[in-house]
Amino acid sequence: MPEPHAAGQQRRGHLKIYLGYAAGVGKTYQMLEEAQRLKAAGTDVVIGYFEPHGRKDTIEMTIRLETVPRRRVEHRGTAFEEMDTEAIVRRHPQVCVVDEFAHSNVPGSARGKRWEDVRALQDAGIDVLTTINVQHIESLNDQVLQGTGIRVRETVPDWMMQEADELVMVDVTPRALLHRLERGVVYAPEKAQRALENFFTETNLTALRELALRQAAHQVGDRREEALSIVPQPASAADNPDRHETIVIHLTADPSTAMLIRRGKRVADFLHAHCVAVYIEHDANWSDLSPSEKEAVEKHLSFSRNLHIETKFLQGDNVPETLVAFARAQKTTQLFLARDAGAKQIVKLARDMEITIVARRRR
Amino acid sequence: MHERAFCRPNPDELLRLLSAQELNESRGRLKIFLGYASRVGKSLRMFEEGRRRQERGQDVIVGAVQAKGSGELAEVLSGLEVVPLLHRDGRDYLDVEAVLKRRPQVCLVDELASDNPPGPQNRARWQDVEEILEHGITVVTAINLQHIREQQDAVERITGKRARNCVPEAFIRCADEFVLVDAPVADFSELREVALLLAAEVVESQLQRYLDLHHIQASWGTQERILVCITPHSDAATMMQSGKRSAERFHGQLVVAYVAQDDITREDQENLDRHLELARRLGVEYHALQGRDPIGSIIEFARAQRVTQIFVGHSRQSSWRFWAANPLDRLIEAADGIDVRIFPHPQNA
Repeated sequence: MPEPHAAGQQRRGHLKIYLGYAAGVGKTYQMLEEAQRLKAAGTDVVIGYFEPHGRKDTIEMTIRLETVPRRRVEHRGTAFEEMDTEAIVRRHPQVCVVDEFAHSNVPGSARGKRWEDVRALQDAGIDVLTTINVQHIESLNDQVLQGTGIRVRETVPDWMMQEADELVMVDVTPRALLHRLERGVVYAPEKAQRALENFFTETNLTALRELALRQAAHQVGDRREEALSIVPQPASAADNPDRHETIVIHLTADPSTAMLIRRGKRVADFLHAHCVAVYIEHDANWSDLSPSEKEAVEKHLSFSRNLHIETKFLQGDNVPETLVAFARAQKTTQLFLARDAGAKQIVKLARDMEITIVARRRR
Repeated sequence: MHERAFCRPNPDELLRLLSAQELNESRGRLKIFLGYASRVGKSLRMFEEGRRRQERGQDVIVGAVQAKGSGELAEVLSGLEVVPLLHRDGRDYLDVEAVLKRRPQVCLVDELASDNPPGPQNRARWQDVEEILEHGITVVTAINLQHIREQQDAVERITGKRARNCVPEAFIRCADEFVLVDAPVADFSELREVALLLAAEVVESQLQRYLDLHHIQASWGTQERILVCITPHSDAATMMQSGKRSAERFHGQLVVAYVAQDDITREDQENLDRHLELARRLGVEYHALQGRDPIGSIIEFARAQRVTQIFVGHSRQSSWRFWAANPLDRLIEAADGIDVRIFPHPQNA
């Protein structure tokens, strides 16, 4: 358990993630159970954010736990409530419970995402317990769309998941979950009916459950390897062949670039490869681009940086040639391209390279 | 690195058990809680489920519980009717007769992997469970990874220990419901990884069963499946080794395929044979695809196998000569929804 720390020598707060595959599997309940256990053992625990969803069992688990009141945020004339991260830091508990890790804050909040709030709490030396469903993991976004037809908007970057000190898979069978839904434990009746007809089908739930189990296995495996130093971090000493791998992703203004970035980064993570995203333009001022294209490119560059991908901007009259020359100079092991018209030309130019053409994953 | 530490169960065994189940509508449902070590709380989860079912009006009994336990476990058990275990030769065993006579709706069975003492009854507890299921009684039970027969090599490699008693994996895979009990502790052990992957595998086969049963075509995979397409002129060694490594890293599957040609030259045939010999040595499964349209055959095979990545060589006139348009472009075009990874030919690398 957390030890009291001396002033000026603050340890970073631990992060424990409860991973599930749908609303109602019991993530929040298990998290609150843990909070109650900690409190009973004398730890100073507060609830930073909790979404009751009208679930009686879960609400009962919050009894006797202190809640730090939410902050009210006005946005376009409507009042919203968000977690009051600053108030929690001032209150400075040992452990803070934060539901819905992937939540996006209302515009005008200090931080855009709840996972950024969680980092702020960790920075202040507070341990955090939090919950997430597998479909909110950034690199799985397209696979989830392909399988369930649902584009999840609120995501957490994979590196944030990997930073967890503990990960617990909250498993329950889809059948049991569907029973809970039918009994009205998860949602109110009309909402439950809609959920049953759309997202909560046995196939969707089973596929998501499998994804969650595989994600948990991957994280457990990665952490074990890290602990055993089987795979050192990329770009350190040079005796491991893994470390020589570099994946270069070619960014364009095309909307499919987001998919390309996610997939390239996922493959790079699994192969422990270094990952670079490169954008090539004729002139440094991007004068050829329409305002919307410019905005798209900027979005893709910042998206890459958010996922901890190194970004490069190159100038060149001939985009395919510049790209291939750059890739060769980087000793790239794989070049990642979107399935667009430009890809064919690059493939012809780079017959000495490994190239991955990333699929458009859709329903 | 962790290789796929488990092998698939004997398909015949699986099929036999499955068809037996599907033919028998009156069979009870089997629900299994899987743990990867003792003390992860799988027994507690099982008995809690029994309590909840009882509260919802189901007739629940405990068919086997190892020890009364203490604390939480004793408390949960206190509200449940227990059919006492029988005892012989220093071993406890389930009183199947008493359970069948009592005829509850649900029977809770702890320690699924126990062996029975020698005698006229079943040899092992999982066979007792099978018998109870056949009488239309639902069974909820719990088991540890180390007691699953096909997982024992992996467990022994990790822990250096091998449990004496075990249950065939096919029995586990045929469960109607399967739940992984993940311990809420900071544990990144290999056993935990193996258990999570096994659970994913079981869920995957359940999904497949469900899709087949409802005649649903699904072309997307939650598991990475890599198809390496080779020709006589491919750099097959690089492609297969790369495929193997990716499959291991993703805990996915790897399969090699080539398109059979009638008019193949002797030299090409020898090259191809060398590639296939390598596939055998690497332990990679391979298929010969038939069909007049090679691209079409590859795509059809890839979709049927729910492939997520296709590995191919860069175009090379001589080896793809029977296709008019650039075959690689055609493949990329046709492989919608599947990543295509293109490898240099040996002379270009």
